[in-house]
Amino acid sequence: MTLTDHSKAVLDGSHSHGASVGGGEFVPESSRAARLTSFDPEAFGVPTGREEEWRFAALKDLKPLFGAAEGDAVAPWSVSDLPAGVTLEEIDRDAFVAGAAREPGDLLGAVAVAHASGIARLSVAPSTVVDEPITVTVKGSGEDVRHAMSVEVGENAEATVIVDRAGTATVGEFVSVVLGQNASLNLVLLQQWDDDAVHGGEVVASLGKDARLRGSVVTLGGKAVRLNSTVTLAGEGSSVDLFGLYFADQGQHFEHQVFVDHAAPNARSRVTYKGALAGASARTVWIGDVLIRKAAEGTDTYELNRNLVLTEGARADSVPNLEIETGEIEGAGHASATGRFDEEQTFYLRSRGISEEMARRLVVRGFFADLVHEIGVPSVEESLLKAIDIELEHVNELESADD
Amino acid sequence: MSTLEIRNLHASVETPEGTKQILKGVDLTIKSGETHAIMGPNGSGKSTLAYSLAGHPKYEITEGSVLLDGEDVLEMSVDERAKAGLFLAMQYPVEVPGVSVSNFLRTAKTAIDGEAPKLRTWVKDVKASMEQLRMDPAFNERGVNEGFSGGEKKRHEILQMELLSPKIAILDETDSGLDVDALRIVSEGVNRVKENTGLGVMLITHYTRILNYITPDFVHVFVDGKIAEEGGPELAERLEAEGYDRFLASA
Repeated sequence: MTLTDHSKAVLDGSHSHGASVGGGEFVPESSRAARLTSFDPEAFGVPTGREEEWRFAALKDLKPLFGAAEGDAVAPWSVSDLPAGVTLEEIDRDAFVAGAAREPGDLLGAVAVAHASGIARLSVAPSTVVDEPITVTVKGSGEDVRHAMSVEVGENAEATVIVDRAGTATVGEFVSVVLGQNASLNLVLLQQWDDDAVHGGEVVASLGKDARLRGSVVTLGGKAVRLNSTVTLAGEGSSVDLFGLYFADQGQHFEHQVFVDHAAPNARSRVTYKGALAGASARTVWIGDVLIRKAAEGTDTYELNRNLVLTEGARADSVPNLEIETGEIEGAGHASATGRFDEEQTFYLRSRGISEEMARRLVVRGFFADLVHEIGVPSVEESLLKAIDIELEHVNELESADD
Repeated sequence: MSTLEIRNLHASVETPEGTKQILKGVDLTIKSGETHAIMGPNGSGKSTLAYSLAGHPKYEITEGSVLLDGEDVLEMSVDERAKAGLFLAMQYPVEVPGVSVSNFLRTAKTAIDGEAPKLRTWVKDVKASMEQLRMDPAFNERGVNEGFSGGEKKRHEILQMELLSPKIAILDETDSGLDVDALRIVSEGVNRVKENTGLGVMLITHYTRILNYITPDFVHVFVDGKIAEEGGPELAERLEAEGYDRFLASA
């Protein structure tokens, strides 16, 4: 319907970057596979902001995470009662390194392991099916910590793990996730930090044959949050769905990088990240890399990032990259769009008597609605909708302060 | 009994080529129970009139006045106009993904009335109106206008009009793009609301076809930003026979 000038979708592509398949200006290395990974912090230089993986980062805020923590605080977390077949234990660094899904992809992850105040391993025994979510609650009160965690789900086992973070802290973390053959994990990472928290995290996952991972990342709070997820589809027929939802206010810088490494045949990946931004200095970054290796015939992949800019001056960077080493695939695609709040939608709703504030709330809730329902944990979905409403109240306060 | 009085209305729009004057002195009075057909060639400014009355930010009112029961409409925000009793059925209703029709309707009704409708009667009213408009109940759970066909969007507009019970409704080319069956259903809906609530209607159309289903009390020919000629239903018949040529030649 392009017959009218009264209703047109406003899509602002000025902060979006197209695909740079096969070495565009933003991909200095010959392949994503060639990027350095190591458990040795010394192997990485200190980021300057010129590196591909750091060029949109909140370097100044994240800087403390490039070295050991000050003081000897331990990670302020607790775990819900563990069901039968699930164990939680402290392990040493060597055991962690030996069992990790992948080596860290940047200095932050390497430092988190090398200087970890504790390393925990959560294991779900083979063929254990856990119905209730296992909840890890992180309640920061100003701690400065580096820590690492391993989540291992055995063959044919199924579980849901929620990591719920609130309060304030300076956290560098590295999380390894290993799914055995035909295992299934729903991993939900909630970042509902106070406005002064600094959180740099890396999650690496490796999926065995026919394993299924559903990973949701929700970032609503914190001063600077950088949360990178790497998933290696190592087993044939494995499948991953990654969802991300973020809402950055004034003064917040949220960065999410995703790397899906298709290393085995007939695997499937879907990446869907959506973000809203409000406030002049609100900043979000999404980088989505997908690599389809030569062996990964029959791959089916799609990644999507959408950003909704609610007020002037906020900035969303969105960089999808797709690298394909075999032509024998099922499908591969990506899409990225950053749009302004659609005035035609607001007008339509307001012409039905709905206030501007309520119209904005409806549109933003609508923007996130399908994503929220993908999380698959009803209690989390409900509290998220409330949290999004609270974010919107801040936007309305900002707006009225501008008037 | 309500009256919408439009006096000497001028409106302009910003274009890349500069400010363009579109409405050039519109005079029109619509009372409860009256149906006024506004007919005119494409580009004459009919839709601009509709959107200007509803308060679309794209149009700037440069002169004139609009009063609804003596209240200055031009001083009102878009939602205040709706609350005052104006309704615009849009030619191209906007999609609002992720917002369900039922949530949207209830939110709008609550906003217009200043209080939430009683659940039991509301559900019944929605159901009855949807049945009359031959809308499947499944529409309730769909996103607002999301993936609706042209005809479904128009029926959804009339559904809103029925449920929100405005004083004056502006129907902007509600008939365009409809096949005869859909046109009949939509027209019946308009007639029903008129009969039940005494609605005043501004029926903007390019074609005379809809006038076979909705009988106008007055017909106004709209050319080059203002009303060029006024008459009764017979004027529509003449337009049907002659087209707009004689107005365009003199414009």
